[in-house]
Amino acid sequence: MALSVPANVRAPNRAGLLIGRLARSREATLAGVVIVLSMLVFLRAPNFLSSTNVISVTSLTAIIAIAAVGEALVVITKNIDLSVESTMGLVAFVVAEALKGQNLAVPAAWALGIGLGLALGMANGVVITIFRVPSIVATLGTMSIYRGLTYLVANGNEITISDLPAGYTDPASQTFFGVPLFVILAIAVVIVAGLVLRYTVFGRQIYAVGSNAEAAATIGVRARSTVFLVFALAGMLAGVAGVLWGIEFGQLYASSASGETLAVIAAVVVGGVSIAGGSGTVVGAAIGALFLGLINNALTVLNLPQEWLQVIYGAVILFAVATDALVQVRARRAKARSRLR
Amino acid sequence: MTQDPRAASPQPDPSPASTDVSIAAGGRSGRAMSRLLGPLSGAARLEVFLLVILAVLIWWGAQLSRFFLTGPNFGFSTQAVMEISIMALAMTPIIITGEIDLSVESMVGLSSCVLGWLWASGVPLEACIPIVLMVGVAGGLFNGLIVTQWGLPSLVVTLATYALFRGLGHVVLGSTVVSNFPSDFTSFGYGYVPGTFIPWTLLVFLLLALVAVAIVHGTWIGRQVFAVGKNKDAARYSGVRVGALKTALFAVSGLVAAFAGIILTSRTSTASPDNGLNMTLAVVTIVVLGGVDINGGRGTVPGVILAVFILGTLKSALTQAGISTDYQNVAIGLLLIISVITPQLAHQSRVLVDRVHLGRQRPARDPVPGEVHQ
Repeated sequence: MALSVPANVRAPNRAGLLIGRLARSREATLAGVVIVLSMLVFLRAPNFLSSTNVISVTSLTAIIAIAAVGEALVVITKNIDLSVESTMGLVAFVVAEALKGQNLAVPAAWALGIGLGLALGMANGVVITIFRVPSIVATLGTMSIYRGLTYLVANGNEITISDLPAGYTDPASQTFFGVPLFVILAIAVVIVAGLVLRYTVFGRQIYAVGSNAEAAATIGVRARSTVFLVFALAGMLAGVAGVLWGIEFGQLYASSASGETLAVIAAVVVGGVSIAGGSGTVVGAAIGALFLGLINNALTVLNLPQEWLQVIYGAVILFAVATDALVQVRARRAKARSRLR
Repeated sequence: MTQDPRAASPQPDPSPASTDVSIAAGGRSGRAMSRLLGPLSGAARLEVFLLVILAVLIWWGAQLSRFFLTGPNFGFSTQAVMEISIMALAMTPIIITGEIDLSVESMVGLSSCVLGWLWASGVPLEACIPIVLMVGVAGGLFNGLIVTQWGLPSLVVTLATYALFRGLGHVVLGSTVVSNFPSDFTSFGYGYVPGTFIPWTLLVFLLLALVAVAIVHGTWIGRQVFAVGKNKDAARYSGVRVGALKTALFAVSGLVAAFAGIILTSRTSTASPDNGLNMTLAVVTIVVLGGVDINGGRGTVPGVILAVFILGTLKSALTQAGISTDYQNVAIGLLLIISVITPQLAHQSRVLVDRVHLGRQRPARDPVPGEVHQ
């Protein structure tokens, strides 16, 4: 439609355009909500902004955010990865087991973990793109397969902090100029992924496949290899999240990270990535993770019953997708009206 | 629903008609092939395949232990899968319409909690059970109305209510567990028809299965379900009230999940917020294993019923083999993926056979490459 309107008719001043765009952008609104909510919580519970609390909240958030970046890539291609929690759990456990049992050097164990995440993601990709199993079914299956493998590796044992090299969990509380290490890492991941999505051919192909697969095929996008790569990347990022999970907690069970798929997908959806594919940003997904982490922590510091957490998660997801739908309906109606005029 | 990448390339179309077309082009021996495959085409072929799997599993189980083919084992292992099986019956038409309900396992937890809470606060069971069932209907209606009225994808909506219902269960019951149910109630869950090894819950399942077969394959409701799954817009233009139909299906799914929650509470004589965890995986596995297309439009209830017994037998056999529940999930996950891959591989190899025939007999008139269903 925009093309049919002469350019000079629609040329409001730059500042107005920027503010309007910010108000309409999910990332900006969500960031605003996060800031307002943090201030409200801070007024009620001043220890909310204490450095220990901030570090513990943001470190865990950073882990979810990294996994959410991978999930966002997958969701933009109109697929879904339900296996992310099991990938995280398996990677975290295998890394710890390698450190404990095999006396592997720490960096080697981390590389092993990230490589394992990549392999698990590629396995998802093979099942989805070569055997053409719909991603929801494929990753529902691999979710339980990877979890079962974790039980096999664990063999009834758990890993405690004393099994790990001395000081293994220190990076979780490390900060650079007041910013936790994990947060820096998450920001780096978000920036790289964001740039790739926005400025590279591969990134644009991800959107193309998700928004209109047939059109993408017509212009020569190889949908299957794009989807395969995206699942491999998502697995690798889940692997990174799994490695960090081990560093964060130091105590690992075969059931570690169970239920985190919900948190990851919630972050993606709340962050404005459309489950129908083709739209959304990784920045949104990361802010979504921050928002959910904030709610989680707010319940704790305000001494509210933890039972409400999942209720709030559910309500927040519904609210986020419902406002999206509402905005779209309004936009469509406005467009129809302007066409009539 | 999520979309797989296959949309970009020519789709393998497993419907028998397309195969027959390519076979018919293949000349005499191709026609012989089609005559061979003809009686086994379509849905019937899948159910035969499922029966073969079931037979193999029973044979394997019998090799593992002499106890496997006994009445007590049959009763025990059937009982253990009845909750998920009942929910699979309600999930089947939902998936055929192209939607999904991920919240069923949380509704099991919520209904169990409401039941426990009501009972613990002195409400007689005769009053508790209808209330719990109504909670289920309300939850299902909530899912259905949001999906249909706001036009949101059921995958996200039911993921949200998956958290919501589970959370409400925690809110209702707190961290307590209620387990002082009367024996009249609990014997329904783990009792048998006197003098046999047939669990009461199996009778309930068979009854519901009959109802499901009748409705899905014998009434206008079922035809509308398939119509919506095949082409939503076409269904709407031919007078199907798509929204009302889907809302009703979600309400039934909620009702059935609440009922499954009651059965689980009865069988384990425990009401706990953690009841029903991970059941959605098993429910979806059964439905997909039973040959229902996750993208909607295709599937049969008898296939799903066979899948119930396959899953029950597999679990029982694995238990006989000394494999604990934690590891059994690997097998179930593999089964889920294999059950989707196999029909496609079978189709692809069949087309490959056709192609070989085509190539041998009429190389010059080979159809346009890419036009042949791969």
